[in-house]
Amino acid sequence: MSTLHVALQILSDLVLAAGVLFVLTGAAGLHRLPEFFMRTHAASITDSAGAGLIVLGLLLRTEEFPTALRLVLIAFFLMFTSPTASHALAQAALGDGFRPQGIRGRKTS
Amino acid sequence: MTGWMLIDIALFAILVATGIAIAQIRQLFAVAMLSGIFSLTSACIFVMQDAVDVAFTEAAVGAGMTTVLFLGALALTRTREKETPRTRSLPALLVAAATGAALVYASQDLPAFGIADSPVQTHPVTERYLVTSAEEIGVPNVVTSVLASYRGYDTFGEVVVIFTAAIAVLMLLGHGATRGVEEVPPPMRDRQRVLRVVAKLLIPYILLFGLYVQFHGDYGPGGGFQAGVIFAAGVILYALVFGLDAARSGVPMRVLRPLAATGVVVYGGVGVATLMLGGSFLDYNRLAPDDPAAGQHLGILLVELGVGITVTAAMIMLFYSFAGRGVRRS
Repeated sequence: MSTLHVALQILSDLVLAAGVLFVLTGAAGLHRLPEFFMRTHAASITDSAGAGLIVLGLLLRTEEFPTALRLVLIAFFLMFTSPTASHALAQAALGDGFRPQGIRGRKTS
Repeated sequence: MTGWMLIDIALFAILVATGIAIAQIRQLFAVAMLSGIFSLTSACIFVMQDAVDVAFTEAAVGAGMTTVLFLGALALTRTREKETPRTRSLPALLVAAATGAALVYASQDLPAFGIADSPVQTHPVTERYLVTSAEEIGVPNVVTSVLASYRGYDTFGEVVVIFTAAIAVLMLLGHGATRGVEEVPPPMRDRQRVLRVVAKLLIPYILLFGLYVQFHGDYGPGGGFQAGVIFAAGVILYALVFGLDAARSGVPMRVLRPLAATGVVVYGGVGVATLMLGGSFLDYNRLAPDDPAAGQHLGILLVELGVGITVTAAMIMLFYSFAGRGVRRS
């Protein structure tokens, strides 16, 4: 095993661990946060940062090109679809009259 | 091995939790979403058991199409489940408990998972499918050769069932003809800008992926059923984001109706052609008498195409007729 190989493995482990951390953060946030928009934000962290970092971590330890290409495609579509889903969710909630709570309105001078 | 075990246990736990939640929750919108999650979890379990073709179908039909149709149906009815009086739920509980007990009792007789000398493994047909099919049909994906060739009759039946179901829905719900005019108010349209851009970006890839699944089904997981649903999903996404009228002007009902029948005709036509060539119904060897494997390839390609066409048309028609009703009411 070359040094590069080992370095990639360690980097991959770190990135995967970071991804798992984000997924857990998202799960905790979805459970604990008090309000709809905050929970949506937490859930979107799971999709974007969590899943994105996990795919990146897997990418660092693939050796075959076709697998790597598939992972890149998955990451690409994930980066488009999951933020869009969160955005659509938040927009739909706004459209239904939900307003973010606990935020003081900015005073217009 | 234990790692796989843990994943299995986790997935089954999610499945049970989702099932309990579906039984408990009365908000039908949440129930529709949960049933999508249930299907997606089942698809993961199928992947764990190496049944990727089944997983693919479950993910596309169960999690995708069924959820959309549930939501379409919810738009037509009330979104809260009617309370069943307790006196009437007792017999239901008894029946469910008895059925469950019978199933658990029967499961004792099942061979252990993955055991080598279970009837499935020792039956001669298993070897025929797994070993001889490589020479007889020459398609790497055994599932496709079983589905489209060895069990071509059954699959034809399934296609006819889908066709019939689509016709029945059309008869019940009408042809999805809109009477009211669907007009998205401008602020709403403004809010959907991100959705529109992303949908425009994704739809071509979805359709391309549908074609890939359709024609790559001989070599990997996929085939006409999955491809049809994916293709229909692309059109349905377009209808959801850009409005039903836009979708109907692009993919009109008068095109879909003949298409749904065309798929069945293509499938049946291959069968009739083999009859004409002196073989039995759906005996693809007759399509190329000199090279039976080539005949099998051609036959499988054609019938899968028929399946794909019918499923695509049927799914889009189902969506149109549900969504069209929703528009008319408002």
